[in-house]
Amino acid sequence: MIADETLLRVRDLTVSFPVGRRDVPVVQGLDLELGKGRTLGIVGESGSGKSMTSLAVMGLLPPRAAVTGSIVFDGTELVGAGERRLRSIRGDRIAMVFQDPLSCLNPYYTVGTQIAEAYRSHRTGVSRRQARKVAVEAMERVHIRHAARRVDEYPHQFSGGMRQRVMIAMALCTDPELIIADEPTTALDVTVQAQILDLLEEVRQESGAALVLITHDLAVVSRVAEEIVVMRSGVVVERGTAREVFSDPRHEYTRALLDAVPRIDDRIEDLRAVPRAGRTTSGSVVR
Amino acid sequence: MNRESGRTPLLRAVDLRKDFPVAGSGGLLRRPRTFTAVDGVSFDLHAGETLALVGESGSGKSTTARLASRLVDVTSGTVLLDGTDVTRATGQQLARVRRTVQVVFQDPFSSLNPRHTVERIVTAPLRYQGRAVPGGARAFTRGLMERVGLNPDHSERYPSQFSGGQAQRIGIARALAVRPRVLVCDEAVSALDVSVQAQIIDLLRSLQAEEGFACLFIAHDLAVVRQIATSVAVMTQGRIVEAGARDDVFDRPQDDYTTSLLRAVPRIPAEWDAERRERAAQRAAGTVGTR
Repeated sequence: MIADETLLRVRDLTVSFPVGRRDVPVVQGLDLELGKGRTLGIVGESGSGKSMTSLAVMGLLPPRAAVTGSIVFDGTELVGAGERRLRSIRGDRIAMVFQDPLSCLNPYYTVGTQIAEAYRSHRTGVSRRQARKVAVEAMERVHIRHAARRVDEYPHQFSGGMRQRVMIAMALCTDPELIIADEPTTALDVTVQAQILDLLEEVRQESGAALVLITHDLAVVSRVAEEIVVMRSGVVVERGTAREVFSDPRHEYTRALLDAVPRIDDRIEDLRAVPRAGRTTSGSVVR
Repeated sequence: MNRESGRTPLLRAVDLRKDFPVAGSGGLLRRPRTFTAVDGVSFDLHAGETLALVGESGSGKSTTARLASRLVDVTSGTVLLDGTDVTRATGQQLARVRRTVQVVFQDPFSSLNPRHTVERIVTAPLRYQGRAVPGGARAFTRGLMERVGLNPDHSERYPSQFSGGQAQRIGIARALAVRPRVLVCDEAVSALDVSVQAQIIDLLRSLQAEEGFACLFIAHDLAVVRQIATSVAVMTQGRIVEAGARDDVFDRPQDDYTTSLLRAVPRIPAEWDAERRERAAQRAAGTVGTR
């Protein structure tokens, strides 16, 4: 990868939380590199630190989390950056799509108001009317039919898949260079999941944005990502192109994980179990 | 399934229907509108067989399982257990249903009492039924824990002291305590990490081989179903649209909905899998390839 094409570079990132008198690391010495317009998949089981990594990039970790190392986005260091600098990047040049759209949308406001507010908070001097127009356009881009009418509806009037489209519309409205999607299809039915994955791929190609997909689902990541890192207990255990990781996994854990994934097209009479991590840094630490 | 086989099925569901009142509809003199969650569902379940009910959310698969296990009353239709109509069973007869049919739920932590020890949890079904615990509670609990792959020395621990996969093993141990002939698994492996999921699938399969119980397996994950089911019924909008032997449904689906459902499942490219397995075989044979 050519250096000046690098959009995101993470070096030696460590995130830890105080538990009693100790600091318990949930991410340890993580390195990542993502080129402009590329797709990276971060896979791991619960407690692997994959979501903590994305929250660190977004500057969304709770204040008691200790972060060391470096996260450089397009030449700007984010670790230790002030709120003002972070705000100029987070939600604007880096957008995030979460697992559960219903908990990210305010039930008391129309989806249009919420998309427009997200837009206006990053663009000074934009009128409500202009922002509303941006919201309708964003909803059209994610193929919500009758967008001009549905912009005035409330979150509960949308199905789960449609709500996730709204979240993607919200993410897209500022034309971000990087979209971080954390388990974006995990809560969705399989047919809807396929539609949302297609949509993410479409908007990514259209906008040229880079995508970080965080998921526990190896089949999903094999379909979406060009490059993959596999995390376990806060550490990257394997990285490579999707093909390398899936066809020639080097780490025992990746091999065991791939053996454990049930395949719909064949019956492995003995799904092999994965040995547990010696130390559990489960989500309960930070909850 | 296998209706032509002539054997009496262990569990037979005939034309099950369940209507739920729609919230907010109806008033003092008006009947509430209803939503039909399950609409004319029939199936047979035989000993040693695993029938998977698959479908997306709202398809009625979980409600069907609850009707068949008498956790929810039907609006119409018949549930036959071992040839006996238990649709409206109460008292002694319902107690017999509870001895025969046990359920494992999706979320082990919300289905296990956090204030009770493992011993109290797994012996509860026997106590509720007023039966003696064979061999005494401690020995009985230790035996069950061993069978589901838990350390028997942990019988005095509480659910919160176990991981998700271990807690699901406790849920399975509790279900097995009464030696049920039908085990209903309602998304029993859906909340688990893939590695733990594989362990629990292995466990369910080996327990079924030992005990010979019939299993009604509710799941939205078709890849999991392929690993565990002997037959499959595909549900959508409260109805079964396709049912048959597992490989027939997966490899030769007849219904359009089944076809679209199967097509939507994300897959790891088969050639990557093939390369990986070949390399693994080479490694096992001692000729290691590198990339």
